Amino acid sequence: MGERAQTTAHAVQTAGRKQVATRDAYGAALLELGNKRNDLVVLDADLSGSTKTGKFAKAFPERFFNLGVSEQDMIGTAGGLSLAGKLPFASTFAVFQTGRAWEQIRQTVCYSNLNVKLVATHSGITVGEDGASHQAIEDVALMRVLPNMTVIVPADGNETRQVINTIAEYKGPVYVRLGRAKIPLVMPDDYVFNIGKAHAFHIGKDVNIVAMGIMVGMALNAAAKLQEENIDAGVINMSTVKPLDADVLLKAAEKSRVLITAEEHSIIGGLGSAVSEFLSETRPSTVVRIGIRDDFGCSGKSEELLTHYGLTPENIAETVRKALGK
Amino acid sequence: MKTDVAAVDVHSLEARAKDLRREILKMLTEAGSGHTGGSLSAADIVTALYFYKMRHNPATPKWEERDRFILSKGHAAPVLYAALALSGYFDMQLLRTLRKLGSPLQGHPCSKKLPGVEISTGSLGQGLSIANGIAMGLKIDKSGSRVYCLLGDGEIQEGQVWEAAMTAAHYRLDNLCAFIDNNGLQIDGHCCDVMHIEPIVSKWESFGWNVMDINGHDMKAIVDALNSAEAVKHKPTMIVARTIKGKGVSFFEGKVEYHGIAPTSEELEMAIKELEN
Repeated sequence: MGERAQTTAHAVQTAGRKQVATRDAYGAALLELGNKRNDLVVLDADLSGSTKTGKFAKAFPERFFNLGVSEQDMIGTAGGLSLAGKLPFASTFAVFQTGRAWEQIRQTVCYSNLNVKLVATHSGITVGEDGASHQAIEDVALMRVLPNMTVIVPADGNETRQVINTIAEYKGPVYVRLGRAKIPLVMPDDYVFNIGKAHAFHIGKDVNIVAMGIMVGMALNAAAKLQEENIDAGVINMSTVKPLDADVLLKAAEKSRVLITAEEHSIIGGLGSAVSEFLSETRPSTVVRIGIRDDFGCSGKSEELLTHYGLTPENIAETVRKALGK
Repeated sequence: MKTDVAAVDVHSLEARAKDLRREILKMLTEAGSGHTGGSLSAADIVTALYFYKMRHNPATPKWEERDRFILSKGHAAPVLYAALALSGYFDMQLLRTLRKLGSPLQGHPCSKKLPGVEISTGSLGQGLSIANGIAMGLKIDKSGSRVYCLLGDGEIQEGQVWEAAMTAAHYRLDNLCAFIDNNGLQIDGHCCDVMHIEPIVSKWESFGWNVMDINGHDMKAIVDALNSAEAVKHKPTMIVARTIKGKGVSFFEGKVEYHGIAPTSEELEMAIKELEN
């Protein structure tokens, strides 16, 4: 009962809480970090206004490199800077970072296990009106497949800030997936991010929803609705998609026979795939994946698109009911 | 540009280039596969770098004040391996393990496996961007170290090379000196037939580089070019080295087939004899 009360509390908190875009939190975190670490260098590919690296550029022009419209060159240059002992953060839109420069990330960054941080913004369909060409819904899949790569998808602005500070201390390639739209702060005030550690708001006995990024807030709201129907739904923020938090997943699978994954990403290769792969080898469970179903995005307002592609609390709740046969 | 090369013993460098060629041929024959032509064409350039120009310390491969060498044309791994072994980075015997299971001498250079390899390469067109990044980092630190990068001529067909060309000029990386091993051949044939790359010199000039056009088998010319590059301010230098694929072994020279095959043991015997004469 106490656990259930906790879920409700978080869900209610989510509804009224401040909205922050994760990219804005990134810009602020970089600026803060730039004062503390003089080995920090930042690269961008002509999108510093949108990725928010522009703030760092203004404060530390000698440690900022705009490579122009050339993502492949940016990744190689970041690799070189890391070889020279610098701590490079390279940013552009997720679709160009992971798609256009995938082979550079594979050959230069991951194969040599370089200390390069790739922080991509404008991921998912919430990019909005720009449409499919700018909506990265395959980026987690593309990064997850690379050896040595760590993949992190923060659920809100506060978690983003912690992620940036944490990965600055971690040695090795990291991909961080951020968004354009403002989203509510959902993580508890005392939450501490650790690479590879998920945060379980609550482990449910009927179902557990494993979510990443913007979908964490959605899942919390869905869980609150389900609770009113006497369905005990847990919510887990799997912000590190690689490496997955095996302990939390095993606990969740132990407690509920059904798991739901929720991601603003293709259901192929992303969080749903990662969770399914893990559980199929360790504790076979029913995993129902919520995400984009083998499709491209399209133009529209961010909220309209979330509804169009079924990425809403209502849709999560409905998926849970169906999975439970209710 | 006037440079002082009196102190350079060009003859001993030429002899050293022969050593590299001999080791390249031996290791490739033993391996049974690999890139013969492009390793031999780059032998004089790599010799000048490792045995004349670059500050490096085989006993401490990560010595901070070293000059860096990036082999962008990673398939020419044998020429790098020969230079590293002959410099003393590792035992010469290791050259016999090229391309074999468990060997640190991978088919294309792997920095995680072999000391002295700055960065793993093999997929074309990526080395110059990496060299730029290192050069930028060294500049931030006001380091006196220099960065050298070797590209193939077929390789400059990759778009990333021109992205990197812009970057190096834009950031005025005068601590960077690159070479194009311009042997005129790529896997599918003559570069000019596969995809036209000329005029190479004016292309790089138009991108804002200091460009030199030299005979890549003339050791004195290579040494002069390297020295003169050091004096150039605010611009990166590109040395377009006109070379011959398979250089040093008459029956490999200019043959496109020897881009990606190793000598047979009979060919090796003949080749070694030729090098000794």
